[in-house]
Amino acid sequence: MNARTEILDRIRSALRDAPAVPDVPRDYRRSSALGEEELIELLTDRLLDYKANVFVEEAATVPQRLAALLESTGRYAVPHGLDQALFAEADAHDAGSRRVTDAPGHRLSVEELDGVDAVVTGSAVAVAETGTIILDAGPDQGRRVISLVPDRHICIVRAGEITAILPEALRRLDATRPQTWISGPSATSDIELERVEGVHGPRTLDVVIVRG
Amino acid sequence: MSGTFLGMPSLPVFGIGNLHEHEPFPKAAHRELGNTQLRANLGHATRTIRDKRLAVVSELPDWEELREAGRAIKESVMARLPELLEQFEANFTARGGIIHWARDAGEANRIVAALIRDQGADEVVKVKSMATQEIGLNEYLEEQGIAAFETDLAELIVQLDHDKPSHILVPAIHKNRSQVRDIFLREMEGVDPELTDEPARLAAAARAHLRRKFLSAKVAVSGANFALADSGTLAVVESEGNGRMCLTLPETLITVMGVEKLLPAWEDLEVFMQLLPRSSTGERMNPYTSLWTGVTPDDGPQNVHLVLLDNGRSAALADEMGRSALHCIRCSACMNVCPVYERTGGHAYGSTYPGPIGAILSPLLTGITAEENSSLPYASSLCGACYDACPVKINIPDILVHLRGEDVDSKRGKKRLPSQMDLGMKAASWALSSGKNLGLVEKALPLGRLAAGPDRKITKLPGIAGGWTQSRDIPAPPGLSFRQWWDKEHQAPAAPPAATGTGDAGTEENP
Repeated sequence: MNARTEILDRIRSALRDAPAVPDVPRDYRRSSALGEEELIELLTDRLLDYKANVFVEEAATVPQRLAALLESTGRYAVPHGLDQALFAEADAHDAGSRRVTDAPGHRLSVEELDGVDAVVTGSAVAVAETGTIILDAGPDQGRRVISLVPDRHICIVRAGEITAILPEALRRLDATRPQTWISGPSATSDIELERVEGVHGPRTLDVVIVRG
Repeated sequence: MSGTFLGMPSLPVFGIGNLHEHEPFPKAAHRELGNTQLRANLGHATRTIRDKRLAVVSELPDWEELREAGRAIKESVMARLPELLEQFEANFTARGGIIHWARDAGEANRIVAALIRDQGADEVVKVKSMATQEIGLNEYLEEQGIAAFETDLAELIVQLDHDKPSHILVPAIHKNRSQVRDIFLREMEGVDPELTDEPARLAAAARAHLRRKFLSAKVAVSGANFALADSGTLAVVESEGNGRMCLTLPETLITVMGVEKLLPAWEDLEVFMQLLPRSSTGERMNPYTSLWTGVTPDDGPQNVHLVLLDNGRSAALADEMGRSALHCIRCSACMNVCPVYERTGGHAYGSTYPGPIGAILSPLLTGITAEENSSLPYASSLCGACYDACPVKINIPDILVHLRGEDVDSKRGKKRLPSQMDLGMKAASWALSSGKNLGLVEKALPLGRLAAGPDRKITKLPGIAGGWTQSRDIPAPPGLSFRQWWDKEHQAPAAPPAATGTGDAGTEENP
């Protein structure tokens, strides 16, 4: 008998008492009614708690903010689907010479990614209550690797992407897309259960929240 | 160890691997209790995590509703397991993943080693995984000439120190910062000799040590926290980014997962991803969670394998009283609140799974008669703190009592002569079966007073009862039992109402 058949047989045999399948009571919170400003405030609070840096901007001031954040960095990576206009201000200084783009047909190698100082991506959804930003490899977020290898992740979160609680966020996502849920910079609690930020993932997380 | 299948299809087939207590728990516990450094480290760490957990759990107004949903989802997974496994398999396979089934630890190890060899690799990077710990994968790969590098910080500490994990979430919980620094200085190639014991510096040293490995690894091995049947999606929950590195960079990803880790549907993840981080690290959310469904062209590993492991899980499932132990999501909240674990540490339990959940899960997976696992269900005061803390409401104390019963039954079958305990229990069963019998026994109370002597203490009981008096005295029994006193009080209706109403037995014995 092959292993698959045998294991399934064993399990069926273990269940020969035919245990009842219970109804799942979903009495936990599944929706909320927070307004945009409250959502931004809550998300900001939670991200700061994780030692992320948070900047709340109007759509018009994002290019300035990005230029300021990128001022002291060297080369930075971006996914091909991220709006290039966001870098108008940064480009005014260097004509885009520090920017490398990961695009279909022109993939950045791991070594190239290891050589850049930062990556700028968008995001799919955010959860205010837990301070979580979810990337689902959409065109403005790129392949999972690009937001992983560079030591600094600058992530743009639009107000419309912010939900209050996790169940609301999951309803906006497709399970089969590769996802990365990010709650602060990489961290560990492995030594005496004290949280320390900055291990293998990006050690700096800058979040630019865009109103409206 | 019980790896032999005796032929009847309905007999449970138990698990093998790192699941055994090798000496009776009281003996192991006694030895570990002598390690004062261990007790200090554990006391500090478990206090810290308990406070953090309580703080983030009390933030959620619907914590109890989430626990109840979690419990019901897991119960329905167990009831529907064959169907859900087939559904998961179909979805995972449709997206380019390859599924392998492993009856036990040995089969899983052989499958993983063959997959690594197929890639022409002789080393792998690993994400912390209880399943691979359980099957002894690293040891097996080493025998096969394949080097497995643990990348989780605590696992790295344990591996560099040639030690064993002592906690399922923080395997190096028994080490403090200066011990970790000493291990790094001793074992880590090219480490800065000026390394301090500041946790941030230690984490930075681990980053530098593993960076090249991550960027050049061809094959990674992981576990999985959840598998969603309705989409074929796998999830890994982590903190450091070592998981993301392993799950994203290599061409080949091999995941080993117990068959019980399934969840029926995507929406169930919203329950467990609220329960797990708060229960385990005491955070609102863990820093990173990765989800993948088979192969995504152009993004991440292109050879994606999953080894579905039985290794005694079907045997645990066959135990109607014990099967809910399989609901465990490996958060470790039960060990962090357990007064026994806090003092003995994880090594005393022998198995990969220590603490209250280990005390039930290990004997359920291996069978109660395997090695010294029958001693594990007694590694508890039955205080119930683990049940309160469990995010999926596993009634650990009930299962402990059930397994103690299994232990007693299995031993009774083996012996020709009844033990002192058997005789004592028989006597108690007779005495407590009727008021008349109990009354007869109570007549012997004055004998106890006699044995106690003038200081009115019994300091040494004979036989197995001697265990009780090893560290405490028993006060002399009262001259009258309650029922004797009651009868005496109420048999004198003519007593003058001015009397105090308490007989001498009452005033004497209940000051």
